[in-house]
Amino acid sequence: MSDTPMEAAPFAEKAPDAPVRVLSEGLASWLLVSPLAILLAIFLVIPISVIVTVSFWGYNEWDFYPDFTFENYEYLLTSAVTFDTYVKTFSYVLMAWAFTAAIGFAVAYFLAFHVRSTVWQVALFLVCTVPFWTSNIIRMISWIPFLGRNGLANEVLLQAGLIETPLEFLLFSDFAVVLAFVHLYTLFMVVPIFNSMMRIDRSLIEAARDNGASPFQILTNVILPLSKPGLMIGSIFVVTLVMGDFITVRFMSGSQSASVGRIIQNEIALLQYPAAAASAVVLLITVLIMIAVMLRLVDIRKEL
Amino acid sequence: MEGKRGWGFYVLGAVFALFVLFLYGPIVTIGILSFQGPEGGLTFPMRGWSTHWFFDLFEQQAVGDFWGAFYRSVTLGLMVMVTTVVVSVMAGLAFRRRFFGASWLFYLTVASLIIPSILVSLGVGLMFNIAGIDVHWSTSGFGSQLTWTLPFGLLIMFAVFNRFDKSYEEAARDLGASPWQTVRHVVLPIIGPSLIGVALFGFTLSYDEFARTLLTAGSYNTLPLEIFGMTTNVTTPVLYALGTMTTVFSFLIIGGALGGVALMRRRRSRAPSDAGRGMV
Repeated sequence: MSDTPMEAAPFAEKAPDAPVRVLSEGLASWLLVSPLAILLAIFLVIPISVIVTVSFWGYNEWDFYPDFTFENYEYLLTSAVTFDTYVKTFSYVLMAWAFTAAIGFAVAYFLAFHVRSTVWQVALFLVCTVPFWTSNIIRMISWIPFLGRNGLANEVLLQAGLIETPLEFLLFSDFAVVLAFVHLYTLFMVVPIFNSMMRIDRSLIEAARDNGASPFQILTNVILPLSKPGLMIGSIFVVTLVMGDFITVRFMSGSQSASVGRIIQNEIALLQYPAAAASAVVLLITVLIMIAVMLRLVDIRKEL
Repeated sequence: MEGKRGWGFYVLGAVFALFVLFLYGPIVTIGILSFQGPEGGLTFPMRGWSTHWFFDLFEQQAVGDFWGAFYRSVTLGLMVMVTTVVVSVMAGLAFRRRFFGASWLFYLTVASLIIPSILVSLGVGLMFNIAGIDVHWSTSGFGSQLTWTLPFGLLIMFAVFNRFDKSYEEAARDLGASPWQTVRHVVLPIIGPSLIGVALFGFTLSYDEFARTLLTAGSYNTLPLEIFGMTTNVTTPVLYALGTMTTVFSFLIIGGALGGVALMRRRRSRAPSDAGRGMV
């Protein structure tokens, strides 16, 4: 994807009978995108607008009703629980990001620069991406026999004599939550970083080597800067997925840890929809700010 | 990079191997554990080997409405798959030209991908609630899942059309093909293998979707919702048997799709040209 789609207008400029042609082409384009536009309007734009509207509504134990009140936000933004939960969620984001970025970079680097045959490259790349098409819930469940009190990890450590009593923190803990995030989301890093690396002109690396750069200098001065867009796309995925997560935190922490997503889910379970809507709006704004900051650092439009 | 392998190759190769082990190890483990004997538990050791837990999948009391959920998930997956392919191809064709509002629609599609799933789930649920319509997996669930699959479909189409050689189309037009004939007999056959990729994304992402379906599926659960419900009250290896079954099913779909792509590529490179077939 070498260009933004909007800038690639191959037909407009060479249409012989320009005015009529352009008009009908514009209409044709609109007809072609209308299903996409309509579906996104109904299932994305309207729902988000509904959330924003409902966040100003009132509610009691059994119902919610139209109103214009800031109470939901007031309660949310002055509560110490909110603050603590955001701190906790940010800490998950930071840890998940650091591990997925480091592992994703190493794996992509190996695939892009060390695997020489294209067939192997495609095969190993597919090996890395296949789990993306399988169930996240099953992939979380599959950690139980590893991390449990009588799980494989404890067995091995006990038999090796490294520990005397089984470790309790392996399953249903923050450790398990971050492990699951890394397990589920590293592919979101591998794919875009690999994509960026494959586009690096190999002659740049040769030029750097001819000019006496050490392998480490080539990595930090040539490869890393040129892989940044991929790294940034992966980071946006990981950050937004972890920020909005409620299921991984609930399952892997054994319902012991909180996250912003879980607060929203609890409010929904209690039928406090306006409160849930207000929490959702604050989450959305937080995520958008984080993305805006990340986009400031790297221009990803070049990637598409 | 030429010549002898440096130590970097071996270190990174080991990292890569560990990563693959990390990705697949757990799923292989529950594959093994699902063959526990009837007395076995959720962890090792194995107490004999049996297919007991797979037979349990057919019993209502052991797993609830597993087959109903499976049927719904496959149906929904096919609906989402067909819609994703058709809508993405149409939009992909349109985005090759400049049109009014193109950048806005593009940003909206990207937003659909990165907005936290729980917002889509909550928003669609609330919208149906306020409109007085009951949520159902085939309406609200279907729409919510499309907000996740369509962006992937469209981004794949961008990648496809950016590598597309436009001279084929120009040739068709010069030879007098109508726009529809050009699409039908020139563009679609060329991008065919990529459409299998879009279909794969559409089906599997829908089949495994959880967060966006949670509040929009209504009273009849899809399979991931059913499985998640089971994690709180099922404490026997039947859970693993179920996990193994769904994973094997996913692998069959992925294998079928990748095999299909390979086959189409091979046939294309071998078969003689079918030029002119569109004329008769």
